[in-house]
Amino acid sequence: MRLAFATVGLLLFGIASQTQAASTTQAEFDAAVAAANSAEKDAGVLKNRWTTTEQALASAKKAAAAGDFDTAVKEAQRAEALAKASIAQAKEQDATWKAAVLR
Amino acid sequence: MLRIIVILIAASFVAAPGVAGATDAANPDADFKAFRDYFTKRFPNVPLTDFVNGPYSMDSGLRKQWEAIEDFPPYDFAVDHGKEMFATPFKNGKTYGDCFPNKGIGVRQNYPYFDVKAGEVVTLELALNRCREANGETPFSYVKDEMASLTAYMAFTSRGKAFDIKIPDDPRALAAYENGERYFYTRRGQLNFSCASCHVQSAGQHIRTEVLAPALGILNAMPIYRSEWGSMGTISRRFVTCNSQVRGVPLEPQDENYRDVEYFLSYMANGLPVSGPGARP
Repeated sequence: MRLAFATVGLLLFGIASQTQAASTTQAEFDAAVAAANSAEKDAGVLKNRWTTTEQALASAKKAAAAGDFDTAVKEAQRAEALAKASIAQAKEQDATWKAAVLR
Repeated sequence: MLRIIVILIAASFVAAPGVAGATDAANPDADFKAFRDYFTKRFPNVPLTDFVNGPYSMDSGLRKQWEAIEDFPPYDFAVDHGKEMFATPFKNGKTYGDCFPNKGIGVRQNYPYFDVKAGEVVTLELALNRCREANGETPFSYVKDEMASLTAYMAFTSRGKAFDIKIPDDPRALAAYENGERYFYTRRGQLNFSCASCHVQSAGQHIRTEVLAPALGILNAMPIYRSEWGSMGTISRRFVTCNSQVRGVPLEPQDENYRDVEYFLSYMANGLPVSGPGARP
């Protein structure tokens, strides 16, 4: 009887732990994808989105839908980095494009 | 991430010719002279009017292939289709010809133009779809098929006529020109390329198996049949594809930036003949 209680207890603990881990990862994904979407929106305002950002965002959402939140978070973070790089590029080019004009 | 940084840093070191002060105001006449001087000095053996033939003006092997292709041009079907569409009345009885000067025949060289009433650049593609909408018809896709056929026919009727793009005495026209110039020289996409990276700084060089066309006269052959596409494509299609190739999300066809860069490039081609429709690898 004691063994049965112990087994059930361990099972419940395991399930609870898994749920806890999945919930945490889902929350991390939500935060990561929100940050990526926000940066990509800013890049869109500058009309300077990159296809690779869009691909990374799509990969992140696909991984999240499949329950692979580790990959999903990594892809969302990659998307955010790409979006921020595209924003930096647009700002830098806005200040320097005239240097390339033929004279 | 490291690869992105490496690409960005490497691309930023690609030489940019003619470095000048970043505060200079737009000067279309000076730009025109500098643009022409750059290409004619860099390619002294290419006759000025031959620049409109793009990669074929740069590479003798490609030119021989093209001359053979011209015996049975792949754009002929589009010209015939466009001619037929031009002759077919809309449901209200009017035709495309009713929307254009000289019934739309031999006028390609005047597009795009700056519409001083609307305060915007009007391309041939835009004018054709506005013509359709004004006559109760739905607009066509800007990138291929019917639009390519219509512009192919209009270009064909204009072959040999010199580009004659005007910048009216209107600050909005000059602003549109400068916006087009900005778009042309601005690096974009993850590969950090501008239009000029390929078609000014690398004109005549290979990118994989392709020879990069010079920017001078690059629109004179439009629309084109591209073997790569296996079909006809418009100027809009060309811009969209260029953006994608440098890993940039393309703008909507006929976005103001695309119309303005067409205005800038067409002004640079003033005096050069219409050679479209064309065929490209």
